[in-house]
Amino acid sequence: MSTVEERVKKIVCEQLGVKESEVQNTSSFVEDLGADSLDTVELVMALEEEFETEIPDEEAEKLGTVQDAIDYIVAHT
Amino acid sequence: MSLEGKVALVTGATRGIGKAIALALAEQGAEVVGTATSSEGAETISRTLADAGLKGYGIVMNVADPDSIETGLKELTEKSGAPLILVNNAGITRDNLLMRLKEDDWSSVIETNLSSVYRTSKAVLRGMAKARWGRVINVSSVVAGMGNPGQGNYCAAKAGVEGFTRSLAKEMSNRGITANCVAPGFIDTDMTKKLDDKQREAMLEIIPTGRLGKPEEVAAVVAFLASDAAGYVTGETIHVNGGMYMG
Repeated sequence: MSTVEERVKKIVCEQLGVKESEVQNTSSFVEDLGADSLDTVELVMALEEEFETEIPDEEAEKLGTVQDAIDYIVAHT
Repeated sequence: MSLEGKVALVTGATRGIGKAIALALAEQGAEVVGTATSSEGAETISRTLADAGLKGYGIVMNVADPDSIETGLKELTEKSGAPLILVNNAGITRDNLLMRLKEDDWSSVIETNLSSVYRTSKAVLRGMAKARWGRVINVSSVVAGMGNPGQGNYCAAKAGVEGFTRSLAKEMSNRGITANCVAPGFIDTDMTKKLDDKQREAMLEIIPTGRLGKPEEVAAVVAFLASDAAGYVTGETIHVNGGMYMG
């Protein structure tokens, strides 16, 4: 079973079309990984699907980096 | 223009323009899921497609009811897969001059003709975004641009659909998802049969082609917009009105 970190990173790579080597825990989706506003919406939806959880809009807005996403998932699943 | 392997959702497909659209898309190879408000209507759609030897079936969905949309979409996605073509065709009229137009006439037309488009489009976008391909085609009306006495509610809803479509096109076109409207004029359907002879004559006078349109003539444009050939057409409203209004 993969860790939350591995699963989050895999989804980030799939959604944003970036290589795994480019994705650091500190990477910002928008500034470092080139996500636009629609990408971030899709990314959140993909995370919701993978982890069978619902991320409210006001929480989703705060997920700026890979680590933010990992922390959120760990705390809420 | 093959749509082989794609699922198309067509709302209001029992008769008229919706029925013609269902058949036209199925003829291009799509599996067509047509919606009706009653189970008799859904059976009629299944029969229409089967009689023509085409893939597809009818389901019950009330587009004015969010729960019904959710249930219907779940059912069809489980059975056939996510629809990559959505045709919002379902619509009603509740005509009356504004001075007599009741609150309920206004809200029911806005719900069924406009809010439904927001709901169904939102519900199918995820599947389209994943596939990096999608077609949202909304059936508007010539009166959205022209205005029409006695149709304040209908005109508002259809003009709303056109504005919504342009926004959707700007949001989603970089995902391979296009959004367009087809705006029929005076088409020979049950909806226009409600008009009396005098109204009909007055309409024919302003139609350069001198006749009513056929549902199939609207459906042909929808089929084009659904095809790969139309991939660079987005945010557009295509008029099919025999020249009665040239925007």
